[in-house]
Amino acid sequence: MIWVNQIVQGVLLGGYYAVLACGLSLMFGVMRIINLAHGDLAVLAAFLVWLLTERLGIPLAPALILVLAGMAALGVALQRVVLERSLRAGILVPLLSTFGLAIVIENLLFEGFGADTRSLAPAIGSLAYDSWSISDEIYVGRLSVLIFALAVLLLAGLQLLLSRTQLGRALRATAEDPDTAELVGINSRGVYAAAAAIAVVTAAIGGVLFAMRAAFAPYAGPSQLIFAFEAVVIGGLSSLWGTLAGGIVLGVAQSIGAQLDPHGFLIAGHVVFLLVLAIRLALGSAEARGRLRTLLGKSA
Amino acid sequence: MSRRASIAIERWTPLSRAASIIAAALVATLVLAPLFLDANAIDRLTTLFIYILLGTMWNALAGYGGLVSVGQQAFFGIGAYAAIRLSHAGVAVYPALILGALFAGLFSLLLSTFALRLRGGEFAIGMWVVAELCHLLVNLDGLIQGETGTSLIALDAIAPGHRRDDTYWLALAAMVTLLALVFALLRGRLGGSIQAIRDNEEAAASLGVKVLAAKRIIFIIAGTGCGMAGTLWLASSITFQPQAYFGVQWTAYMIFMALVGGLGTFEGPILGAVLFFAIELFFGASGIWYLVGLGAAALIFALFLPRGIWGTVEDRFGLRLLPLGYTVRIPAAAEPAAGGDRSASRVGSLPRC
Repeated sequence: MIWVNQIVQGVLLGGYYAVLACGLSLMFGVMRIINLAHGDLAVLAAFLVWLLTERLGIPLAPALILVLAGMAALGVALQRVVLERSLRAGILVPLLSTFGLAIVIENLLFEGFGADTRSLAPAIGSLAYDSWSISDEIYVGRLSVLIFALAVLLLAGLQLLLSRTQLGRALRATAEDPDTAELVGINSRGVYAAAAAIAVVTAAIGGVLFAMRAAFAPYAGPSQLIFAFEAVVIGGLSSLWGTLAGGIVLGVAQSIGAQLDPHGFLIAGHVVFLLVLAIRLALGSAEARGRLRTLLGKSA
Repeated sequence: MSRRASIAIERWTPLSRAASIIAAALVATLVLAPLFLDANAIDRLTTLFIYILLGTMWNALAGYGGLVSVGQQAFFGIGAYAAIRLSHAGVAVYPALILGALFAGLFSLLLSTFALRLRGGEFAIGMWVVAELCHLLVNLDGLIQGETGTSLIALDAIAPGHRRDDTYWLALAAMVTLLALVFALLRGRLGGSIQAIRDNEEAAASLGVKVLAAKRIIFIIAGTGCGMAGTLWLASSITFQPQAYFGVQWTAYMIFMALVGGLGTFEGPILGAVLFFAIELFFGASGIWYLVGLGAAALIFALFLPRGIWGTVEDRFGLRLLPLGYTVRIPAAAEPAAGGDRSASRVGSLPRC
């Protein structure tokens, strides 16, 4: 029964990872950029919400709206100032520039807020610890369930946006081939800016959820980036529902690992991630060899 | 007809001859440095050598191999950890340091079959995950006692004065050996292959470049070099705390050195390491702002000066201190319009990223 419980908790944790990761996935899908500052942007949003609610006494809802709007603007600025230039300079430069940005953000956060860990749990009252009991031994946190539901809604919303709206069509066209998209009248600069804004807003939502679930500190960004990235890769790059599946796999692995050993949470997550990558590479090369064999067979 | 005959392709220019002689003289002076420098200066120089080694290794990976790794600290930590383990098992301490680095090289060999098949960002973060996993697994070792860490006790038995000088010489020897190795490889056939891969992997493969083999050589050298840097760091600090060795800040330092000095130039990361060393010396005490500055410098150089300081100087003035590329010399008589030696243009030198 304890294992069923761990799996349930892992699945719910996967919902959080999906929220955190969908922006990373979108940005990779549209711009072929892996934003190494993604986790730090999430933590930045958490600190901003904390600042508005705890320090300035603004109620949570307006604080959230303010921060998300600000993060959207930051996303556009990120695209215009950093990513656009980096993309022009080659495929490696975005990694270098976003890594530099990550270091700047986390150290500025440390400078501004100090080393103390904080949490947004007080801001949501009893939601932070309320739970529903499914059976005698399985309790699910209300917050975890809400986060999972939010993840499904967010992914469904993004999916609808991509498949049904003008912006979504432009995003998909630009992802396929930016030059051809330009030829048919799509403003790829605007599309990139929109993608960056969406990605940073979802990162911000992820960061706020993280802060509600647990304690956060200025240097928490990189580990969140790694979790998000693992979810994206396990789920298959640039597929939204795959990201949810990847998040669930990661969450379940971590949750089971934690049950096996106190150090197991992180180790199990990383091991499963590397295993999935290795298996995929092995299958990929087997497939390639198979193709080669058919080619050779035909020519012989 | 006579014009074609008078064009010469050179590796050595008067400047590169002079620079090579100066470099050799500098190394000879550094060998003798413990005779006339005080203990503090020797410690500082050891640190500088480690930085130069790290910067050069990261540059070989990213600047030449096109592999941006956020996880080179894996080898840094593995090298130091292996040295601790070997020393604990009874191996003499200095051989243990070298064997530790070779162990990191072996680890990179094993990892290469997997890691090198990842692309771009996948490779970058995949390596990061590898480093995190190494960190977590090393923490499980009872000898290390988690984040508490341990120390290289065997080294404590050696008198501090001897220890300082021996570590200094080992650092100098390791730096010169690995830099010479990278230099020789880049000058040879592999250099051309590696740069072709960096510029366009598919095109290079279609021309018959053995992409995976070339990348693997670079990856293993970088793994060994970072491992050596880790064992040298261990030798100079004695203590081993996993957090301090497997931290991603090492990658931040390496990126700073390679990027600011000049990614894809041989001299660049050396200059970058000297700059980093100087900045740390003067601003390291300012703590957080110093780190903010490092990150901002990496960001600004990536955006506005992707060739770094040395790359920009090289492009602007046609300077080339070490004979790595080729120079085509067209004498004034052969091409009067261009006017003398100023018309010298380079072929086969390092193209832009």
